[in-house]
Amino acid sequence: MLLKIIDILSKFAIPFMIVAIISFGMKRKINVYMSFTDGAKEGFTTALRIIPSFVAMLVAIGVFRESGAMDLFISAFSPIIEIFNIPKEIVPMIIMRPLSGSGAQGIMSELAASFGPESLVARTSAVMMGSSETTLYVLAIYFGSISIKKQRHALAAGLIADAVGFISAIYISKLFFGT
Amino acid sequence: MINIIWAGLILIGFLVGAINGNIDQVTTAAIENAKTAVELAFGLIGVMAMWLGIMKIAEDSGLIKIISKALKPVMVLLFPDVPPDHPAMGAMIMNISANILGLGNAATPFGLKAMEELQKLNRKKDTATDAMVTFLAINTSSVTLIPASTIAILSAAGAKNPTEIIGPTIIATTMSTAAAIMAAKTLQGLPRYRIERTSSNKGGIRCYLK
Repeated sequence: MLLKIIDILSKFAIPFMIVAIISFGMKRKINVYMSFTDGAKEGFTTALRIIPSFVAMLVAIGVFRESGAMDLFISAFSPIIEIFNIPKEIVPMIIMRPLSGSGAQGIMSELAASFGPESLVARTSAVMMGSSETTLYVLAIYFGSISIKKQRHALAAGLIADAVGFISAIYISKLFFGT
Repeated sequence: MINIIWAGLILIGFLVGAINGNIDQVTTAAIENAKTAVELAFGLIGVMAMWLGIMKIAEDSGLIKIISKALKPVMVLLFPDVPPDHPAMGAMIMNISANILGLGNAATPFGLKAMEELQKLNRKKDTATDAMVTFLAINTSSVTLIPASTIAILSAAGAKNPTEIIGPTIIATTMSTAAAIMAAKTLQGLPRYRIERTSSNKGGIRCYLK
């Protein structure tokens, strides 16, 4: 039931947004076509501006992951994280999530496959997936697009938010799904 | 900071690759990912143009103004340095709404547009403003209400009731967003991160000097 509602919602969210905005423009009697093309012009430059930081981040993360350094990093961190009573299966997720969205998605799928999609580990990783972001990547791309070099407290704030998201995910999942 | 992390990822990566004896795969990964990055960025041009076009309609028709007005109390509280009717507010609202709806594709163009607008208010172009950091903190704390792709993965793995993660996700994401806002607001005052501002409140725009 709920799945169906969500399915419909995610199917109709984009069409609704587009239809609503264009209808509103028509109602206000503006030239929607002109407005659209006017706004769309910026798409090209905006997309091009993010290329340098895009390349920088993807190359660095690719090198780190492919070499096996990521696995080393994860196993080095496991004992520290286990002190906080965090199941070690979830550690790769915690480390991967701020770095790479597709990587984290991969870990989540892998956890769902090997522990079962109804296991606490898989559900916790799913909640983590939804409650945090690829912080490093977002910062690099967004700041890179406007050539900001001094990011100040952005990384600290982002990582604090991620940490709170992870801890909440672990405890709330335990509360909801733990037996 | 990002400087050190980036250099660290690459240098450690190649070092470990050399030790593990898979240095050629690492080199291939580097070159392949560079190519992928540009392909992804080029792929974004169309999506970006489409959403920026739609957003322009919403802007020209006054729709964004209406939504901004409704959300003004919250936005002014979160971004006291941005004038309430500045285009940056509209772009940030569109970005956050798209994120809440789980429309990642739409969120990015709005977010980049928001950064561009915020940069116009910035007096020191190489340094992030408080508003930028608060905006990105909210952004990176993920405010998704419906994690559609996550549900899809669980469903594909054979979960009978994958939507039951929605409740816990909403609670966790609310916590992380609250933490993000508090962290951004607290850290911006620390001597380490503080930036100077003009004391005058000229026309409602507080600008950064220094």
